[in-house]
Amino acid sequence: MTVTSVMEPKMPKCWRQETKPHKFCPGCGHGDVLKALGTAIDELGIQDRVVFGCDIGCSLLSWDFFNFDSIQTHHGRTTPVITGVKRARPELICIAYMGDGGGYAIGSQHLVNAASRNERIFVLLANNAQYGMTGGQMAPTTLPGMKTETSPYGRDVEWTGNPTLGPEMVAAITPDSAYVARGTMSNLRQLTQMMKKALQNQIDGNGFSFVEALASCPTNWRTNAAKTWEFVEKEMPQYFKVGELKVPAKKEG
Amino acid sequence: MADKPIQGEKRMFVTGNEAVAYAALAANVDIMYGYPITPQNEIMHYFTRLAPKFDKPFLQTEDEISAGFTTVGGVMSGKRSFTATAGPGNTLMQESMSMAEMMRIPTVVVIMQRGGPSTATVIYSQQEVTMTCYGANGEGIRVVYSTCNHQELYDYTIKSFNTAWKYRIPTFVLGDGYQAKMRESLTMYDPEARGIKMVDTYPLVGLPGSPGVDRDPAHLRNTYNTEEELYEVVSNLVKDYEAVAPEIVESESFDCDDAEVVVLAHGVVSRAAVEAVRELRKAGIKAGHFRPITLRPFPDKELKAVANQAKKLLVVESAQGQFAKLVHHSLYGDSTPMEYIFKPGLGITSDEIINKVKAML
Ligand SMILES: Cc1ncc(C[n+]2csc(CCOP(=O)(O)OP(=O)(O)O)c2C)c(N)n1
Ligand code: SF4
Ligand SMILES: [Mg+2]
Repeated sequence: MTVTSVMEPKMPKCWRQETKPHKFCPGCGHGDVLKALGTAIDELGIQDRVVFGCDIGCSLLSWDFFNFDSIQTHHGRTTPVITGVKRARPELICIAYMGDGGGYAIGSQHLVNAASRNERIFVLLANNAQYGMTGGQMAPTTLPGMKTETSPYGRDVEWTGNPTLGPEMVAAITPDSAYVARGTMSNLRQLTQMMKKALQNQIDGNGFSFVEALASCPTNWRTNAAKTWEFVEKEMPQYFKVGELKVPAKKEG
Repeated sequence: MADKPIQGEKRMFVTGNEAVAYAALAANVDIMYGYPITPQNEIMHYFTRLAPKFDKPFLQTEDEISAGFTTVGGVMSGKRSFTATAGPGNTLMQESMSMAEMMRIPTVVVIMQRGGPSTATVIYSQQEVTMTCYGANGEGIRVVYSTCNHQELYDYTIKSFNTAWKYRIPTFVLGDGYQAKMRESLTMYDPEARGIKMVDTYPLVGLPGSPGVDRDPAHLRNTYNTEEELYEVVSNLVKDYEAVAPEIVESESFDCDDAEVVVLAHGVVSRAAVEAVRELRKAGIKAGHFRPITLRPFPDKELKAVANQAKKLLVVESAQGQFAKLVHHSLYGDSTPMEYIFKPGLGITSDEIINKVKAML
C-alpha cells in the first residue's frame, strides 16, 4: 500500500463532510463534476452567497452535498426555480444543476427561454448520454447506435434524430454577454476553469452561463473502469466537442 | 418613487383583474411572475403598469409551468411573490403547486376560472374547483378562497399573502371570468390604515451567515427514500393542516335559521342565490343561502349545522357537480334531501334558482 492511497482524497472546502461519502454509484461522473464545481466556488470565495438547485435525475442525490442552501426540485424544473430565486434576490449566486434528460428533454423550454432572456444564472448540466436515475433509457444525448433500455438495438437516428448539441444551441440563442462551454470529467482542471468563468460571469452581472460536462454512468452503461473511461474520453467527444463556445469580452476600463 | 399604491381608503370602479393588481401592490408584494391567459391577462397588464412606480418587478415566463416554479423560487428566496392564471394554465401550474404543498412554500396564486375542459371558452365557469382544491399528486394541503365580488377579490388577495405566510400553506384566490372582467365599485385601502398587519416574509434559502461555518445549510428536498419516511412527512402535513383549519375556515349564511330550502353556492353564483332568497322571502317562502368562502379547508361544521335545520338543500354551480362533491363529502351521513342545478361553463340567474326552489316545496 502506498502512502497516497491511505490519504483522504482532497475535498473542496464547500463540500459538506457530514454527507460524505456521497450517494452516487462508484465511478459516477456526477461526483467529479461536483468536485470541479466545489473547487471553482472555493477559489472564488462565494460559498456564502450560493443557492444551489438540483433536478430530479441522479443530480437529486446532491441535495445535501454542499454547505450551501439547496433546493431539490422537480424533473426539468430547476431552471425556473433558480430563475425565480435570482429574479427576487439578485445578490445571490444561483446555480441550477441537472442531467441531460432534465435540461434537454423535459426542461428544454426552460433552458431555451432562460438562455434567451439572458437570465443571470449558471446552468450546469451533466451529460451522461442517457437517463441514469430511471435505469438507462434513451436521452436526447444518446449517441447514434448506442444501446439503451428504450433503444435496445441501438439509437436509430432516422427514427429518433441526432444527439442534442446543447451548448451549440445555447450559444446560438444567447447574446455576447453569455458564457457557454462544454467540458468533461476527464479534464477536471479545464472543467473547473470553465465553471469559474461561468460563475464569474454571473458575479459580474453579465448574463447567462451554461456548462455541459461530459460525465460517466458506469451503472447503466454497464462498463468496467477502462471501458467507462474510454467512452468518456474517446466516444463522447466525437459528437460532443469539448471547449468554450462563447466567452464574454472583457469589459472596457 | 411613489409612496403607497393606495393611501388610506379610496372608492374605485374597476374590473376584478384591476382590483387584484392593486390588492397585490397594497399588500406590498415583491414580485409577480406570469404567463398570458384570458381571462386573467389584465392582472398582469395593470401590475406591469403600476408596479414599476413602486420598484416591484414582473417576469413574463415561457409558460405556466415556469410561472409556477419561478413563483416557488421567489417565495423560497423570502420574497412575497405571486402569479395568476386560468384554465389550461391552472392545469400546468399544478406541478409546481404540488411542490409547494410538500415543502410548505407559501405561494399565492390567483385563478380566474374559464370554461373547460381543454381550451373551451375564455369566458367563465366554476370548473376549476376540483383542480384548485386537489390538483396534482397530493392531498390538497392548500387554502382556497372563493370570492364573490370585487371587494372580496381585493380583501382576499391581501389576506391570501397573510394566510400563506402565517401558516406556510400555498394559498389560492379562486375567482372567475365574470369577476375578472366586469366592472364594479369597491373600496380599496391601505391594509395598514385598517390595522391589517402584513405577515413578515422570510427566506428559506439565501439565509444570512455562512452555511457549514456558523449555521447549517438549508437543504430542502421533496424526495424520500422509504415509504415510512414519506408517510411520516405527509402525516405531519395533514396533521398541521387540520390543526390550523378551524382558524382559516370561512363561510357566510343568509336567512338560514328558519329556512325550508337552503341554497348552497360559492363564488359569483352566490350572488344569484342571495338575490333569489330575497325574492323568495318577499313571496313568503322560507329560503336561505349558505356559502363557503374557503373551499379548502371546507366549513364542515358550519354546513352541517345549516343542513341539520333545513328541510331541503339545493346545490347550484356553474360546473357539473365539482362543488357538490365537496358538499357530499362534507355532509356524509346527513340525510337532508338534496337537489341540484349544474350548468358547466354557464352563468346562473336568480330566476332559475327561484323556479327550482318553488318546484322543490
Ligand atoms: C415529470 C416527471 N417525469 C418523469 C420522471 C421520471 N424521471 C426521474 S429521473 C429521470 C431521468 C433522469 O435523467 P437525466 O436528467 O439525464 O439525469 P441522470 O439521472 O442521467 O443524471 C426521469 C425521466 C419524473 N421524476 N418526473
Ligand atoms: S445511475 Fe449512473 S448517473 Fe446515477 S449515480 Fe449511478 S452511475 Fe451516477
Ligand atoms: Mg443523464
